[in-house]
Amino acid sequence: MIRLEKINRSFQVGDETVHALRDLDLELKSGEYVSIMGPSGSGKSTLLNILGLLDRPDSGRYHLDEIDTTTLSELERADARCNKIGFVFQAFHLVPRLTAADNVELPLVLAGVAPPERKQRVHEALEPLGLLDRAGHRPDQLSGGQRQRTAIARATIMQPTILLADEPTGNLDKASGEDVIHTLEKLNNQGITLLIVTHDPEIGGRAPRRIRMVDGAITEDTRT
Amino acid sequence: MLMEDTLRFGSQALVGAKKRTWLMVLAMAIGVGSVVILTALGEGARNYISREFSNLGTNLVIVIPGRTETTGEAPPMVGATPDDLTLDDAIALTRSSAVRLVAPIIVGSVPVSYQQLEREITILGSTADLLPVRNLSLAKGKFLPAGDPTRGAAVAVIGSKLKKELFANKQALGQWIRINDRRFRVIGILDPMGESLGLDVGDIAVIPIATAESLFNTSSLFRILIQANGRSAITKAQKAVKAIIKERHNGEEDVTVITQQALLYTFDGIFKTLTYTVSGIAAISLAVAGILIMNVMLVAVSQRTEEIGLLKALGGSERQILSLFLVEASLLSLAGAVFGMLIALGGVWALDQAFPSFPLTVPLWSIAAAILVSISTGLLFCTLPAKRAARLDPVHALSGR
Repeated sequence: MIRLEKINRSFQVGDETVHALRDLDLELKSGEYVSIMGPSGSGKSTLLNILGLLDRPDSGRYHLDEIDTTTLSELERADARCNKIGFVFQAFHLVPRLTAADNVELPLVLAGVAPPERKQRVHEALEPLGLLDRAGHRPDQLSGGQRQRTAIARATIMQPTILLADEPTGNLDKASGEDVIHTLEKLNNQGITLLIVTHDPEIGGRAPRRIRMVDGAITEDTRT
Repeated sequence: MLMEDTLRFGSQALVGAKKRTWLMVLAMAIGVGSVVILTALGEGARNYISREFSNLGTNLVIVIPGRTETTGEAPPMVGATPDDLTLDDAIALTRSSAVRLVAPIIVGSVPVSYQQLEREITILGSTADLLPVRNLSLAKGKFLPAGDPTRGAAVAVIGSKLKKELFANKQALGQWIRINDRRFRVIGILDPMGESLGLDVGDIAVIPIATAESLFNTSSLFRILIQANGRSAITKAQKAVKAIIKERHNGEEDVTVITQQALLYTFDGIFKTLTYTVSGIAAISLAVAGILIMNVMLVAVSQRTEEIGLLKALGGSERQILSLFLVEASLLSLAGAVFGMLIALGGVWALDQAFPSFPLTVPLWSIAAAILVSISTGLLFCTLPAKRAARLDPVHALSGR
């Protein structure tokens, strides 16, 4: 379902060229639960950004649902981000002036879905996450765990095929973090492909497939 | 993205950042307000001048004795003093079909008294035609009697200010006043029309022309006012007047004939230029407001990089982001234009209260232009920040942890 072939990505930092990804190959099957671990600067986030179509590789091919994404136009990439990919960020990235429900509704708004259908889908997304009574609150009135669950509801409302989570528990205490992980795993059980980037070995260890990255390359890829 | 959602998102973003929004609306409002107020002042000045001229009368042609034109001819060997313009000249002018009414005028300044009160005022000697030619109206009584202008009765029509000063609240009609030791009966009182081109109609007395001739002991007219037979006949009347006078004055064209129109056009041209200049100055202030808006908008974009990155991650295309920011800009400009209009109307109203005699009007085109210009400057100056937002790299935008 996802196939990366010889992906290279480098950045210019000052005079130095940093190779964030070197000839990286990776295949993910539909419905897989994968964790990516590794030290800072190992290219985890770069990989995630490329998978999420936020960043383009310098060379190599990236097939998403049998489409070669490297040939897509900006508009088509935006469309793919909208319909196929869900993001969960460490810093939540909720729009502070919008209520939880409005934040969740945002991808539907961008996709041009009609308002009555939007209301229905927002309701359906908030309910299983236990956020219905918080729907009218703004992010600053929510706890960390509630904020991240709102972000998860937003990431999944377009029913994407893959959910990319970048340190989803990084800004949360242990209890809320576990809560969020359980939420993500529940979604994975329902069939969504889940990819979590994390520093925390405890969280990384929960995934059936664990990838370890060092210096822009995969050094370990274990399954249980 | 649906248009209503774009609008809603834009307005929410504006409401969400109140301070910034107010700052930009204020900048725009001041720009728009100054455009409207300055054009109103320019237009007001133009209207003021036009009104002064139309107060003179309609289709007016003025004949002034003496020729004030400079010609390239050599100085005449024999001194050609211009002949006086006389009452007979004026009567002769009625021969032309282009001339409807003729009002010859003799002017003098003499003391006028009633009982113990005496004042020195301007006396106009004229005929019954002066009333329509000069657009005067009566508050009370009658104007000079029509009939043979060469016979003068001892009657006077006085201005309202003079009436008040001589008679206060007493009945003036039918009373006898003294003008330079001659007795005149007051038969009418002029309506106060204010000042028109330096002559205060409240402060004059009008007597029959023949009486004025003997009172001032002169047959020389100050000028002749002519009402042409319609707007199209003005030029014809002007030519006819010159021809008739030339014939009567031994082939010497020794009068100057000016039309009200010519004067009006000159002033109108000057004031149109003035209005445009003033609008130009105002447009500069609008441009300054635009640059201010651009700066604040650039700050807004950098403050909202995270949000823009997020919108991109959620599937927003460059075009959507661009249109979101442009919609925000147009909403801002529109709000600015509305507030500016309120400022302008308030300002014009205040000026109107302070200077009631000055005809301040806000021309419709200036309102339309101000709104148009404010929206286009808003869009123009927000295009750069909006493009910047649209091209923003979502990876960098979202990595600000």
